[in-house]
Amino acid sequence: MAKLRVRFTFTPELIQEPVIWQLGQKFPIITNIRGADVRQAFGWALLELEGEEDQINQGIEWVRSTGIEVELVTGDVIE
Amino acid sequence: MAFASALKCRECGREYPTDPLNVCEFCFGPLEVAYDYEAISRAISRERIQNGPLTMWRYQDLLPVDGDHAVDLQTGFTPLMKAPNLGRLLGLDHLYIKNDAVNPTNSFKDRVVSVASTKALEYEFKTLACASTGNLAGSVAAHAARAGMNAYIFIPADLERGKVVGAAIYGPTLVAINGSYDDVNRLCSELADTYPWAFVNINMRPYYAEGSKTLGYEVAEQLGWQAPAHCIVPSASGSMFTKIWKGLKEFEDLELIPKVHTHMHMTQAAGCAPIAEAYEAGVTRVRPVKPNSIAKSLAIGNPADGYYSLKTIQESDGDATIVPEDEVVAGIQMLAENEGIFTETAGGVVISGLKRLVERGAIKRDEVTVAYITGNGLKTLEAVEDTVRSVTIDPTTSSFEEQVLNA
Repeated sequence: MAKLRVRFTFTPELIQEPVIWQLGQKFPIITNIRGADVRQAFGWALLELEGEEDQINQGIEWVRSTGIEVELVTGDVIE
Repeated sequence: MAFASALKCRECGREYPTDPLNVCEFCFGPLEVAYDYEAISRAISRERIQNGPLTMWRYQDLLPVDGDHAVDLQTGFTPLMKAPNLGRLLGLDHLYIKNDAVNPTNSFKDRVVSVASTKALEYEFKTLACASTGNLAGSVAAHAARAGMNAYIFIPADLERGKVVGAAIYGPTLVAINGSYDDVNRLCSELADTYPWAFVNINMRPYYAEGSKTLGYEVAEQLGWQAPAHCIVPSASGSMFTKIWKGLKEFEDLELIPKVHTHMHMTQAAGCAPIAEAYEAGVTRVRPVKPNSIAKSLAIGNPADGYYSLKTIQESDGDATIVPEDEVVAGIQMLAENEGIFTETAGGVVISGLKRLVERGAIKRDEVTVAYITGNGLKTLEAVEDTVRSVTIDPTTSSFEEQVLNA
């Protein structure tokens, strides 16, 4: 099992979509929300994703395909 | 001895022991080293610092490690040079260059890696690791060699040959990864969670980042125990920018220097300027970008300290400048031709950014101004090789006179 800490950023048109719930339905991934700020104009959520590595990868690809930006919580580590 | 008392979350304030951690387990905020400043104030003095080694370790009381056992390649206390020629050109009477290109592996990264590798030994890690596109790779490999540690260096497979050699020579395990910049980031984050290694800018990041404070301390000491009016700093993750400010404020709080009135000016190249773009847009959220810049050592698309850099700008009444890509080389040439210092592309961003700051009136002629040069020009020869010319002649006086003197 792998864990990955990510930040989802929602644009206004995606704020009403239950994307995090859908992610857990479509893929065998545990989604653990650790922080969020969702308003009319924008929204973000910090999550820990837990599951098999390839399932997490596929899940992230699906989330990105909805238009949500997905980044690592730690920022880029390549310097 | 070290005066670090805890790791503290920069978001929720929760405290942790000084372990190899970088993220708050509750809110995922970044952790930063907290110190017992009362104890430091009883121990530290200008005299104590001046009697210390002529390296960054003269400030060991303000670093989160035991400096008596530092992994030290004689990093720091680099020259702060008055720059009269460039100053005259730009219209500044008190311009200084902090030349950090003369560190052991030719960049400021030796400061942060010296702290991280010292801390890694304290934790009894056997392996030092990083993901890098250049400067960090060489510094981690060199410090691991000095410390007798194993080193794993992860690089993108298409990294320039010169940078590969600059790290490989120290004998690390050098791993080239086929994949995008994002793939390298992602893999290294996962490896850091999986293996018991000291990843200098992941699980060691709170300690690593503190090394950059010495760039603030040194400038203040070298200016005769006072902070400059302006600092011009290149930024990638934004960490160094925030830590120079932190260093100056710590010196002020410890009454080693008078009140700080420094304006912190960030510079980024247009091809990767997520923090400066957020500043210009007046927002606090830094939107990640895909880097496409000649200034590869500044090409961090998702900067870890972006938000905190914006806070530093606000606190210091500073600003951020975006330098067009086609002005980067001109900045390198301006510094080389006027002051005899050859800097890498990040330094070109600083000098061209400085020129823009002066032109828009942000810096006055009589104010003490320090431009931070953080890497050596030999690291990015490919960026400037098309700009240099030489004349080839026959080995005769007449050929010399015709083709050189009378050309």
